[in-house]
Amino acid sequence: MTAAVVALAAAISAVMLSINWDGAEDSTAAPKIDDLLNIAIVLSSIIFAIVVVALAYALYAFRAKPGDESDGEPIHGNTRLEITWTLIPTIIVLFSGGWSWKVLNEIEERTGHEMTVDVFSQQYAWSFGYPGKEYAYSEGVLHVPVNRQIVFKMHSQDVIHSFWVPQWRIKKDNVPGITTTAVVTPTKTGTFQLICTELCGFGHATMRAKVVVQSQSAFDKWVEGLKEKVPTPLMVSVKQDTETNPEPLERAEAE
Amino acid sequence: MVAAFQRPGWYRAALGAVIAAALGFGLVVVLREISGLSAFQSEQTGYPQVIVPLIMAPFGFLLGIGCFDYWLRWAFGLPTIPEDHSSHGAHSWKDYFKVNTDHKVIGIQYICTTFVFFFIGGLAAMLIRAELAQPGTQIVGAGTFNSLFSVHAALMIFLFVIPVFAGIANYVLPLMIGAPDMAFPRLNALSFWMLPIAGLLFLGSFLAPGGAFDAGWTGYAPLSTGAPLGQSFFNLGVQFAGASSIATALNFLVTIITMRAPGMTFWRMPLLVWANLSTSLLVVAATPFIAGAQFMVFFDRILHTNFFQFGAGGDVISYQHIFWFYSHPAVYIMILPGFGIISEVISTHARKPIFGYRLMALALIGIIVLSYSVWAHHMFVAGMFSWLRVPMMLTTLLIAVPTGIKIFSWLGTLYFGKIHTKSTAMLFALAFIVTFTIGGISGVMLGMVPFDIHVSDTYFIVAHIHFVLFGGSVFTIFAGIYHWFPKMTGRMYDEKLGRVHFWGTLIGTWGTFIPMHWIGMDGMPRRVADYAAQFGNWNLLISCFAFMLGAVQLVFLYNMIVSWRFGPKAEANPWRANSIEWLVSSPPPIYNFDEIPRVVGGPYEFGIPGAQHAIMAGEGAEVPTGEPSVVGT
Repeated sequence: MTAAVVALAAAISAVMLSINWDGAEDSTAAPKIDDLLNIAIVLSSIIFAIVVVALAYALYAFRAKPGDESDGEPIHGNTRLEITWTLIPTIIVLFSGGWSWKVLNEIEERTGHEMTVDVFSQQYAWSFGYPGKEYAYSEGVLHVPVNRQIVFKMHSQDVIHSFWVPQWRIKKDNVPGITTTAVVTPTKTGTFQLICTELCGFGHATMRAKVVVQSQSAFDKWVEGLKEKVPTPLMVSVKQDTETNPEPLERAEAE
Repeated sequence: MVAAFQRPGWYRAALGAVIAAALGFGLVVVLREISGLSAFQSEQTGYPQVIVPLIMAPFGFLLGIGCFDYWLRWAFGLPTIPEDHSSHGAHSWKDYFKVNTDHKVIGIQYICTTFVFFFIGGLAAMLIRAELAQPGTQIVGAGTFNSLFSVHAALMIFLFVIPVFAGIANYVLPLMIGAPDMAFPRLNALSFWMLPIAGLLFLGSFLAPGGAFDAGWTGYAPLSTGAPLGQSFFNLGVQFAGASSIATALNFLVTIITMRAPGMTFWRMPLLVWANLSTSLLVVAATPFIAGAQFMVFFDRILHTNFFQFGAGGDVISYQHIFWFYSHPAVYIMILPGFGIISEVISTHARKPIFGYRLMALALIGIIVLSYSVWAHHMFVAGMFSWLRVPMMLTTLLIAVPTGIKIFSWLGTLYFGKIHTKSTAMLFALAFIVTFTIGGISGVMLGMVPFDIHVSDTYFIVAHIHFVLFGGSVFTIFAGIYHWFPKMTGRMYDEKLGRVHFWGTLIGTWGTFIPMHWIGMDGMPRRVADYAAQFGNWNLLISCFAFMLGAVQLVFLYNMIVSWRFGPKAEANPWRANSIEWLVSSPPPIYNFDEIPRVVGGPYEFGIPGAQHAIMAGEGAEVPTGEPSVVGT
């Protein structure tokens, strides 16, 4: 039976690991999250294989013969076995939790030379503000430089929207009244799609924006070419929305 | 004719509803006229001339149908009429349409009503899948689509999964613990009659200007606080479903704690009783939170309070905290009674005592305690205080441990047993173990914050909730319905049709919900009427399996209706089970027992010669001579 479990777990893992589930990995966070997924896949395959093999064997070996009306053996439990299947899953989930915590810290770590971009969302459009004394503004298209950490400060004007670029593996809700933050370091130039993932009304499915990742020089040139400044109502939300997520340390220092 | 309107019943209920609605309507119009406002107001979050009658009509209905007759007579010092609830028990099918205080009648009323809503909710699901079969919009527009999935989820959760378990337990639980009825039979009847009101409010919202509520069953503010009138129907419907749920849970708690037969110690209770004890503890403490959250949205809408109005000092994220503080425990409300059913079915059909009975009961308690500390895992990307994510992740992952204990113990129960698979109930129970394991695994994956950031609000979530709610809860419901069908109706169902239903449901469930995991991870968000063309083929496949899954439920419906009417008569104990409900006739007599049984051993004493769980009246006073039980002595 052990052999069957190992074989099945190995087979499932092999198949599952060979598939690229999450799509292209185009940020520094993406490979780390996908590695975490792979760890989860291997652990899950083992658990799943144990359950399936145990069930299949029970059905094979302990099926009642036709006409057999007798009862099974009166076994009420086995303390050692019960402790085992309490402790081992505990260890597995705590390991997964620890690894997740490590990945979470890594993908949100600041590099020290990040660039802040403001994200504005409203039913059903995205717009963006770029730093500099002009506070340049673009509608429906987001440009960012490659290989530089971007800190997105997100502001919603009406209901909750959510900012998701699948290839970056980063998602964050834009919440009216507060400023939320996400960090991402894109690693590949190209064009991507920004998808709204929080139900925001009848236009939710089509609330998309184009994302262009380009070299720093191309990006600088593009920003310089922007004519508009961030409109006043949006600037109000930048200034007035409260920052809900100060890190614990910053919060302590602020007090 | 006048007499018909004086007796409790449908005539008086219709009259009561109409009078109450007219009173409400008149009150609004008069008060607005006095205040110098126009009689009608049609701001989309307002409509007081609709809202007030909507609040009052259900009470008129409940008064009219007779839920309050006994209490009101008693309160006003009038002679009470003990038989005012169409007497105990049902003598014809018509008695199921009256207020009745018999737990067995109420159980059947619950189950039939909830299955009506199951099929209506299922129809909504079919429309959703028809729209999603191809990219672009073909059948319904984006607004209607949002209404459809919102109503689908609201019906399935509040009108099917939660109350159908209350219905099954209503029927079975008093019998199992050797009680003649529930502790508060009139409250029990009131609980039931509040339920269809909630369902009618949800469905009635389709008639409201602006269409049915469309902010999802989660109704996140501020989308919900600014939504059209239909959202108020949802806010009110949840109050009735919630009140029904809380009253029933109180009833179960008091019944289980005070009305167990002599000798039925806590450690001799069947696990279904343990499961409903745990569930009821969750319901009484958690459900007020969703009632509160919906009231706050409702007040923001109609009274212009500022709970979630971000421009006026309200806090948007607090809605999610309050909502999920109920709605995460609610997922355990929707699965723990199912765990109880699976324990009964597996032990009986494997002819084996439950493996690790005490740890199984303790695991239930472990789950309810932990379930109060995991709610914010729904909010990893919501923009809440970021540090909170880590402790919530750890508790979320740890809750897999007691759930795993249950899975392994069911497997342990099968070993060295004599497994009979001729019953459809057992097939569903065995399939549940595998299907629920998959749902549990994807749940653990979602608990891991970095992965959750990627798949939150995608089809991965849709896949996960349907694996645990359909592959989990609904499988246990089918197992329970098949298992106790002979007891409830006194007739056997058709096992051949049962098998068709089982295999169709199993294949349909896997075919529909497995591919959703992938398209979610690959970039398809949830709750969208339209999607990128790259997901077209997968969605077509999913829709085909979904239609098959929907169609095969009609086999179940046919089997139940025809077998109830024409099936062969059932014996008292067709599965040769041990617990007390099988020791009385099928269906059981009014008041269940001539004499309260005495419990002398554990509930799962299979394979122990001479062991008994309970001694029924007329069996004499002899004490069984078998080996002493390991459990419950």
